[in-house]
Amino acid sequence: MNASRHRRDETLETLRGRDGDAARRSPPPAPIGLPVARADGRAKVTGEARYVADLTLPGLCHARLLRSPYAHARVVSIDTTAAAAHPGVVAVVTAADLPDVHLVYGHAVADHPLIADGKVRYAGEPVAGVVAEDLATATEALALIEVTYEPLPHVVDAAAALAPEAPVLHAKAGEQRPHRGFEEDIARAHPNVCSRSVQAWGDIEEAFGRAAVVVEGTYRYPMAYAYAMEPYTAMASFEAGGLTVWTSAQHPYMVRDDLARCFGLPLSAVRVVVPYVGGGYGSKSYTKIEPLTAALALRARRPVRLALSVEEAILTTRGDAATVSVRTAFDAEGRILGRDARIVLNSGAYAENSPLVARKAANRLGGPYRIPALRVESLAVYTNTAPASSFRGFGAPQATFAGESQMDEAAARLGLDALELRRRNLLSPGEPPWAKARGFDADLAADLDLAARELGWGAAAPGHGQAICVSMSDAGSEPITTAIVRVHHDGSVTLMCGSTEIGQGSATVLAQIAAGEMGVDLARVHFLNSDTAAVSYDRSTGASRTTTLMGLAIQAAARDARAQLCGWAQETLAPDGPAVVEERGGVRIGDRVHDWGAVVRAWFGTASGEVVGRGYLRRSGATAEMPPFYELGCVGIDVSVDEETGVIRVDRMVTIGDVGCAINPRLAEAQDVGAAIMGLGMAMREELLYDEAGNLLNGNLFDYRVPRFSDVPEMRPLLAERRDGVGPYGAKGGGEGALNPVAAAIANAVERAAGIRLREAPFTPERVWRALRERDSR
Amino acid sequence: MPESRTIQLVDLACTVNGRNVALRIEPRETLADVLRERLGLTGTKVSCDAQVCGACTVLLDGQPVSSCTLLAVEASGRAVRTVEGLARDGSLTPLQEAFIEHAAFQCGFCTSGMLMAATALLEEQRHLSREDVVHALEGNVCRCTGYVPIVDAVLAAAEAGQ
Ligand code: FES
Ligand code: FES
Repeated sequence: MNASRHRRDETLETLRGRDGDAARRSPPPAPIGLPVARADGRAKVTGEARYVADLTLPGLCHARLLRSPYAHARVVSIDTTAAAAHPGVVAVVTAADLPDVHLVYGHAVADHPLIADGKVRYAGEPVAGVVAEDLATATEALALIEVTYEPLPHVVDAAAALAPEAPVLHAKAGEQRPHRGFEEDIARAHPNVCSRSVQAWGDIEEAFGRAAVVVEGTYRYPMAYAYAMEPYTAMASFEAGGLTVWTSAQHPYMVRDDLARCFGLPLSAVRVVVPYVGGGYGSKSYTKIEPLTAALALRARRPVRLALSVEEAILTTRGDAATVSVRTAFDAEGRILGRDARIVLNSGAYAENSPLVARKAANRLGGPYRIPALRVESLAVYTNTAPASSFRGFGAPQATFAGESQMDEAAARLGLDALELRRRNLLSPGEPPWAKARGFDADLAADLDLAARELGWGAAAPGHGQAICVSMSDAGSEPITTAIVRVHHDGSVTLMCGSTEIGQGSATVLAQIAAGEMGVDLARVHFLNSDTAAVSYDRSTGASRTTTLMGLAIQAAARDARAQLCGWAQETLAPDGPAVVEERGGVRIGDRVHDWGAVVRAWFGTASGEVVGRGYLRRSGATAEMPPFYELGCVGIDVSVDEETGVIRVDRMVTIGDVGCAINPRLAEAQDVGAAIMGLGMAMREELLYDEAGNLLNGNLFDYRVPRFSDVPEMRPLLAERRDGVGPYGAKGGGEGALNPVAAAIANAVERAAGIRLREAPFTPERVWRALRERDSR
Repeated sequence: MPESRTIQLVDLACTVNGRNVALRIEPRETLADVLRERLGLTGTKVSCDAQVCGACTVLLDGQPVSSCTLLAVEASGRAVRTVEGLARDGSLTPLQEAFIEHAAFQCGFCTSGMLMAATALLEEQRHLSREDVVHALEGNVCRCTGYVPIVDAVLAAAEAGQ
């Protein structure tokens, strides 16, 4: 393992100032662009940082959940008498106890009862909750609840769920909600199809009719678990006519909306507070255990904390497993003529965010390539397994594994260098990948060159194989974001926004943007976030959108604050002229400089007051076109394969973080290293496995093994900053890109090293060993 | 406490971060429970709750242990050190400084355990190779950083003469 730090300058020299207009190329105001230390550093190394489980309230009760042992069953009866009578128990809650609560939630498709309502759809679904004075008592009382189930036929495999006679999970389609993340209606071809998305253009038959080479295959991406080390935890309290929930959620405002609906409250009466969050990676997107925790608090008439174990967290949200069947047509020169594909996602028992994952997988299967004819059908399929939802890269890792594997398969068939084949097909900067989409905002050919140089492309050691793969994600979700910048009468700044610090470093990066825009010292900027009663709206923290979109909103809010301050300065400090000239951190009037604090004090006439700057972002102006930006991935890999054991050894990884402008290069690199290693885990080992009875076989961290120190290869994280994004100073999102191409890159490198083609991830030693033996018997 | 449970409480006397602690606890309480709930030392985190991830690592007489599965009574008469005990009078240890300098954390949920495991290593061994660090910290999971900056930070702290 060997880190490369501060190699960035060399990269920058080559890249800086290539394209883009002059304004974007002007150096950003410090501390924007500097590798400053994390704002949360001291709190996190001293143990002061408080996460939800570290908080308490007077009279706090503790909850445990009883979960279904069956994958699919009717709940005939639940007898809670004995449990309720158990000393120390405050309340026992089932769906029958919640007639006043709107039980079903879901931001995309409302199909998820906060607690089983007459039916369970996966093993592990909560059927009852116990609230007690302490956790041990709640646990004891769980054993006293008697549930009678009538087991129903179940289905755990997505293909089997699509059979005409398959057991149906949801007799009635859930209501489609406006937050599903795309505009067209969700089509349901079969009752177990949660959503069907199509991405299509051009004449696909004609394309395949004149192909020189067609590559075809089916690629499987595993059912994975994000393992945020902090499991889902929430604490709820009804007081003063409102509901407050403290939770480890990425999107507090989305959670607020669901809670308001469940409990019939106005949005203003629901407060969602997110303290420090112990990892998210998409798995804490949208609503999880918050409605159930609040329902328990409602019946207990006491504040309640529900803290899931890791085993329960796995049963709460996992990633969508994918089977991608795809064929791609090329002409004799290696130009893509068409791609035809079907993506089937195993999305589990409830929709959660899988309809968007399916939509995005369809959009992302084309990759960053010019494709004259495309037809992708993408299905999110209900099965009797734990619900799947967002997980870092959503749709892109699954789609890129298939798409980028095919690029190398085609290169071999065409006798072309794999990078040359890519170059011939890459979108040019400014070229939209499909009609009405934003023009491509990157120069991936340059990224490929950079990765090739760093990896030493074509110079693999004997027995080694190399590969470089790329990915493109239509990212940024929706540009719906607000920010508030307050400048106090001492000139210090409070930045208020709804973006959640989940470890990605937004508290640092956003404060850097505010400090740079206001021209004040970073140490005088304080950040308040993710409390829906205190800070203003942000749609979500996901899709790599925060630096770019919240960054723009902060720029707008800072501009608004400065404009007001300049007006105030003119009005109070120079009513009869001369004209006020704005300077960094204040104004100049004649030859006197007044900092922002002085302007505030002058306007209010005493040492008090503040200015409030507001920033709004919507689909308008620079963010009118969708997607707001493209997130790129470019990963190079060098591997060797142990022929005896089937163990793949990943020796080096090169990542190119094509982030437009790194607001904090150290944190941008850190995102890429973390993402690449997470991708490595899923490519090499991670996979949740269900048995025929619908039980999760390895739903714990002993059996579901995530990467550890010794699994990490030599890492070379490089940044490419061409100022070509829509965000502040040309920034665009990062943090998922380095994960997306990893599985394909390993598969392609393994083919070069060992002559086997892996189409099913993870590439366990057993799978590799079998492929090696099969190769030998050919 | 529920009346149905007549649990014999036991005495626990130990030091935590150099301070004497005397408590009456239930025998089944883990060291993590006692630290977090009875002493309010919530810097120690619990993730897997099964001795797999290292998030709950504290030092017992200088040795790293998983406080999630260690019964608190095992700490009787011994010295417990937690992340809260690293900094002295507000000044961080070279290891804590190095963690900040190298961005050796993101979400921070693994950090307390990482710091304690690495502190034990640094106290035992002054000259460290990358392999030493990887070997010593293999029991600690971090899902955010990809581990590289953690190794860098520990090596930097070793050099700074922790
Ligand atoms: S929480 Fe103790 S080892 Fe994971
Ligand atoms: S910093 Fe998040 S798990 Fe290590």
